[in-house]
Amino acid sequence: MAEKFDVIVVGAGPAGTACAYTLAKQGVSVLLLERGEYPGSKNVMGGVLYRKMMEDVIPGFYKEAPVERPIVEQRFMMLDKESATTFSYKGMEWGKEPYNNFTVLRAKFDQWFADKAVEQGALLINETVALECIVKDGKVVGVRTDRPEGDIYADVVVLADGVNSLLAKSLGFHKEFKPDEVALAVMEVLKLDKKVIEDRFNLEGDQGCTIEIFGDSTKGILGTAWLYTNKDSLNIGVGTMLSGLIKHKLKPYELLEYVKTHPMIRPYIQGTEQQEYLAHLIPEGGYRSMPKIVGDGVLVVGDAAQMVNAIHREGSNMAMTSGVIAAETIIEAQSTGDFSEKALDVYRQRLMYSFVGEDLKKYKDATHHFEKYPHYFEQYIPMINRAASQMFTVDGTSKREKQRKIWQGIGTVGDKIKIARDLFQAWRVMK
Amino acid sequence: MLHIVACIKQVPDTKIIKMNPKTNTMDRSSAPAILNPYDAHAVEEAVRLKARYGGKVSVVTMGPPPAVKAIRKCIEIGADEGYLITDRAFAGADTLATSYSLTKAIEKIGTMEPIDLIICGKMTIDGDTGQVGPGIARRLDIPPLTSVNKVVELDREVGYAVVHRKLEDGYEVIQTTLPCLLSVEKEINEIPYSTLPNMMRAARYQPVIWSVEDLGIVDRTKLGLKGSPTIVAKVWPPDKPKGGEMLQGSSEEQVNRLFSILMNKKELFHKSGATEEGGVQ
Amino acid sequence: MNIEEYCGIWVFLEHKDGAIVPVSLELLGAGRRLADKRGVPLSGILIGDGVKGLAAEAITYGAETVYVYDDPIFYHYRTESYMRAVIACVEKYKPEIFLYGATSTGKDLASAVATDLATGLTADTTMLDVDAETGLLEASRPAFGGNIMATILCKKDRPQMATVRPKVVKALERDPERTGEVIEEPVELREEDIRTKVLDIVRHTVKKVRLDEADIIVAGGKGLGGRAGFEMIGEFAKRIGASVGGSRDAVEAGWIEHSRQVGQTGVTVTPKIYFAIGISGAIQHLVGMQNSGLIIAINKDSNAAIFQACHYGIVGDAFEIVPMLTEAFDQALREEVEHG
Repeated sequence: MAEKFDVIVVGAGPAGTACAYTLAKQGVSVLLLERGEYPGSKNVMGGVLYRKMMEDVIPGFYKEAPVERPIVEQRFMMLDKESATTFSYKGMEWGKEPYNNFTVLRAKFDQWFADKAVEQGALLINETVALECIVKDGKVVGVRTDRPEGDIYADVVVLADGVNSLLAKSLGFHKEFKPDEVALAVMEVLKLDKKVIEDRFNLEGDQGCTIEIFGDSTKGILGTAWLYTNKDSLNIGVGTMLSGLIKHKLKPYELLEYVKTHPMIRPYIQGTEQQEYLAHLIPEGGYRSMPKIVGDGVLVVGDAAQMVNAIHREGSNMAMTSGVIAAETIIEAQSTGDFSEKALDVYRQRLMYSFVGEDLKKYKDATHHFEKYPHYFEQYIPMINRAASQMFTVDGTSKREKQRKIWQGIGTVGDKIKIARDLFQAWRVMK
Repeated sequence: MLHIVACIKQVPDTKIIKMNPKTNTMDRSSAPAILNPYDAHAVEEAVRLKARYGGKVSVVTMGPPPAVKAIRKCIEIGADEGYLITDRAFAGADTLATSYSLTKAIEKIGTMEPIDLIICGKMTIDGDTGQVGPGIARRLDIPPLTSVNKVVELDREVGYAVVHRKLEDGYEVIQTTLPCLLSVEKEINEIPYSTLPNMMRAARYQPVIWSVEDLGIVDRTKLGLKGSPTIVAKVWPPDKPKGGEMLQGSSEEQVNRLFSILMNKKELFHKSGATEEGGVQ
Repeated sequence: MNIEEYCGIWVFLEHKDGAIVPVSLELLGAGRRLADKRGVPLSGILIGDGVKGLAAEAITYGAETVYVYDDPIFYHYRTESYMRAVIACVEKYKPEIFLYGATSTGKDLASAVATDLATGLTADTTMLDVDAETGLLEASRPAFGGNIMATILCKKDRPQMATVRPKVVKALERDPERTGEVIEEPVELREEDIRTKVLDIVRHTVKKVRLDEADIIVAGGKGLGGRAGFEMIGEFAKRIGASVGGSRDAVEAGWIEHSRQVGQTGVTVTPKIYFAIGISGAIQHLVGMQNSGLIIAINKDSNAAIFQACHYGIVGDAFEIVPMLTEAFDQALREEVEHG
């Protein structure tokens, strides 16, 4: 007779592990299934971990977790072909407890996090693929894995199997994603001496820095590039909407190569050695493409629920919060023994009230907005760079004259009105 | 009941290990620790014999505490029990000291339940020696049989086994008394995908862990660095090849150039072609 | 142990089909060099049934003394019987260095002997030297999948033992003028003391290729993409009378059998011509073929490490280059037939 657990969590990424950890801590019997060789082995993330949401799961985690560097500076770079306008914030308050964010290597961090869940009593099984949910009388009662004697049962199954959740799909919770609902991120880890990183990025000791890069880094396609500092490596990547890549007939790694050789980026990564290359789909559709996330005996969390905020690239913290809320919902449901869709719907409701739902709602139009108006990237960023160049080039022209020229450079009156309208809309979307 | 002990080792995956070019040391973090691939076949063979004749499979390893992971991998394959001997005193052991320590552990396992057969992998991928298995057999004074690629039959009651030992151009059929020790080739079996119940048992499994004190009467001068006659005097990177001449031009030009180079060694080429069957399986 | 009592270099003389195997002759060459450096004698130990005649052969290759155990009990190699003869002989004559070929027999025997003598044994040595003064054997070998080379010493125990890979050292020219002594040792073993019996020996009917004896090897790697790629190089190999080999990746992918694996965990080869096709040149592969006479590499990736290890390289698609090369040989063959 196959074993039965209270809960099976499919996928040991941040969402699944946060869920399993929370459940196990309350004494719930939980099986955590991971398809990779170990948790994190199949993961790629921009590399930023948000302290607040992680601390909701494990207070003071940063004292022992394998984090790379606390981020003390965030830079934003608007890139044109041969120029960049950068603004940044650096604050020493981020360099000490309780910190703000950290860079992490998912391969290390996820493994550590899953080990914590195991310490709490979760049973972690690696290298095992969940093929489908076992459904009985319309209710999910377990999971069929790819292993011999591989059926396993539970009161509730939590799907945390990533953006292309096969299990959610097989339950009819969502259809195949449309290209404009998913982003493709490609990323490389580049080895670089610790000391060189600190000199090059103007950092002291363990401090870290992130650079978000907009504009020419994606050749005008909606998306961003990024460059993060790890302990002794850099994390460089570019994420764009799949639809944009298809339209521009670009291969993702071509785009990454373009970023790496860009004259504004190149100096940062000089002398590095490529360690790893990874590609990953990220749901970017936001609130509008969120699939059904609750069913009889089943909950969907994390990327599998399209839980990503396309604008702020905060996938993993939302994922964690969704995992925790799912766990709390299940624990409450255990008191009544009712795991029906109706009882578990508390999860969806709470999620929508949490910052996750609020943020997703708030930015729900953002992706689609920028998708509709590619000139944000194609025109405005070059424009800003031209303006900055004119402003700062010392050529004997007065500041007043420079401003006049900049204003002229923006174009006709009609253009100016259009820009004003676009910027206003962008502000409405983002605020 | 047939009791088989498999000797295993956790090793860095040398296939992907990176070297620190400055210090000539291995960057151990670059290579995950895995169950020595040859040992996986040893455990699988033990599990198959258990399926054939009934009985029990124990695995034993010497290593640091994380080697528990390698034992769990054996439980996934179907082993019943695992023993880890771990102690600072074992550190720095060469093959002679390793075979001594493992023998002590095997003797102790044997006092709890007599052992009929010991199976080892052909060699480890980090040490590449294949010396520990025969060493254990000598210390236990049982016949060592290396290069085994088939176990034909085994009779615990009468106390014999028949196995095939691989030769360069065939195999020999050997009859041996039991208990004995087999070092097995990878080709002896294929390791199937483990069942989910085995995976769950492995995830929960806590092996027996022994230190030197737990092994009974042990001659400490035979352990670890102290008990190792060989020492590594120096390590250096293999000679860097210098690089050859890259042929230039179109594919056709390159092939023509290569062909004329090869024609300087014309006498080597058979005019009439093949002398052997093709290499494809 | 008084290591001063130990003197002389020994080689285990492995034999097959009535002849001493090449690696043992190579070791006599290496042993001669070590013995001369040390100013000590070089001896061989020969065990078998009806093998006494081979002792003279060993002497023509450099041995000064050959100890012979000739008895029906040694008809087949068995660890227990051979080991006892070797141990008895070592205890009687006390050599300081004892070399074995790193063959399956040599490794099996040396491992057992080292345990009983409680002495150091270095496996799969590829370089040998000796300190003329101290007599310390410097046995060097690739370790950790060929990622590093390590020199191993055995300071306090004797004999210092090593198994040595075939084809890494050179045999001396055979010289019938060399003289030496053959000493027959008494055999005190009884069959009933031996716990193993060889019931049968089965030779493969199709003569298996000996990659290490091939003059030309065409080896393929991951870049060939599958069995079709190996069929292609197989065709080429057939045309030029070469043997087919493969990299570890290709073997693990099941495109070619393990016995044809070239490299650290496969065979070491030294053909006159080695073609590396679609092989990236991982260090563990290079250690197995770097002493080949002429190395030709074909690979798509111009950065592949194999180009650092070859004599001539072609950056290109094997599926284009190899058939062209095959055709070039075909044509040459046709012309030869027509003209000659």
